[in-house]
Amino acid sequence: MIKHETIEKNIGLMILLIIIVISGGGLAEIVPLFFQSSTTQPIEGLRTYTALELEGRDIYIKEGCHVCHTQMIRPFRAETERYGHYSTADEHVWEHPFLWGSKRTGPDLARVGGRYSDDWHRAHLNNPRDVVPESKMPSYPWLFKNKLTGKDTEAKMGALRKLGVPYTDEDIAGAREQVAGKYEIDALVAYLQALGKTHSVYTNKR
Amino acid sequence: MSAFWSAWVSVITLAVILGCTWLLFATRKSEKHKETTEETLGHEFDGIEEYDNPLPKWWFQMFLGTVIFGLGYLALYPGLGNFQGLLGWSSHGQWEEEMAHAEEQYRPVFQKYAALSIEQLQSEEDGLKMGQRMFSNNCAVCHGSAGTGAYGFPNLTDNDWLYGGEPQTLITTIANGRNGGMPAWGQVLGEDGVRDVTSYVLSLSGAADSLDGDAVARGQSQFQALCAACHGADGKGTQALGAPNLTDNTWLYGGSFEQVAHSIRNGRAGVMPAHKDLLSDEKIHLIAAYVYSLSQK
Repeated sequence: MIKHETIEKNIGLMILLIIIVISGGGLAEIVPLFFQSSTTQPIEGLRTYTALELEGRDIYIKEGCHVCHTQMIRPFRAETERYGHYSTADEHVWEHPFLWGSKRTGPDLARVGGRYSDDWHRAHLNNPRDVVPESKMPSYPWLFKNKLTGKDTEAKMGALRKLGVPYTDEDIAGAREQVAGKYEIDALVAYLQALGKTHSVYTNKR
Repeated sequence: MSAFWSAWVSVITLAVILGCTWLLFATRKSEKHKETTEETLGHEFDGIEEYDNPLPKWWFQMFLGTVIFGLGYLALYPGLGNFQGLLGWSSHGQWEEEMAHAEEQYRPVFQKYAALSIEQLQSEEDGLKMGQRMFSNNCAVCHGSAGTGAYGFPNLTDNDWLYGGEPQTLITTIANGRNGGMPAWGQVLGEDGVRDVTSYVLSLSGAADSLDGDAVARGQSQFQALCAACHGADGKGTQALGAPNLTDNTWLYGGSFEQVAHSIRNGRAGVMPAHKDLLSDEKIHLIAAYVYSLSQK
């Protein structure tokens, strides 16, 4: 019969047993997701981000937007009333990395595209309190000064293509041109306006 | 989930739970004593020794409790592959239930208000309150929580309308959105022309004293040629086009000389997003009623 002493005094055996126990969770909860159509196949009609939107997405990550904003509408009425249809895995199969976030200081942004005008986003990102006096979001005035060069855009799209995002050669060839000279704010607003607008399967009427 | 993956998940989950249970019992059985003694494991570090005692009973029972809880949970809720659980619960199903419940509860209320005209709704305090709540959720971000607007976002309380403030127009504006389209005249007019037209436009709202009379006169002819088509020969605007009245002192983008010149030079393209794909007709009706009430006080 096994003794706890045997396990405690044989570090190799203990490591092996720990690995077995922990991998049980991963094998049951994570591994099957790599083989389910609901988590690996894109939702019908999903489009990829344009080069400008993709650069905007990187600015979103760089500025840490995902630290305060989620992109994950949960299946509760309180959320679907406010944000639209709940999020599903097939909407995010081309997101590398996904930006679901883990906590909300600000509102969810999964379907913010089209909710507000470009002008509003620009005013709001320059100084949120100009349009929402109660807001405690930081201001991002430098987005209006920093210009994009687009020197890495093609490489980024190539890397995403290796991960399964269906960018065509034409998409990639025109990427640098589409981005170069634009301000960071242009890219970020383009990205925000695309959120939730990359397919039209769900009705968000409420 | 295919049968293979369903079995995969079920077998691993149950194997881990049973494995933990076996380990718990196996190590307990092999303990030297069943009761607490003074005997130690025989090692000592800086005077600290370790008793060789069995796992406390309450701890052992808590372990067992987690196993029983886990098995009970797996029986009631979906956890083992395709097995839906005895309760038949799903997060999607819970959401649908919540929605159906709300539909049952609120549908009659919305229908009651939908049957009333926006003018009639002005005396329905609860209906306006509902409209106000939905305004806060959907409109206040641009128009302000009191509807007083901000730079570039119209004030809804002043009864001065770009596209008109009649009930039906409000519904159209909310449902379909609006796309402002003031062209940029900087290239056409040149910098001098922009300043002349600015002078004339400001003179329309009664600032003539502080303006250069010659510039106003030059600006007037330019205005009649280029601006009158939308803003009207008298500058009073055209609501069908969303062209603002320039003779009052309400300015969406500021009324200083430089601000007006900027609008003329670079144009303006304010956008009100369409809400017909976001909100039901009944909700738009109530929001319109609330917005209407703001300017009726």
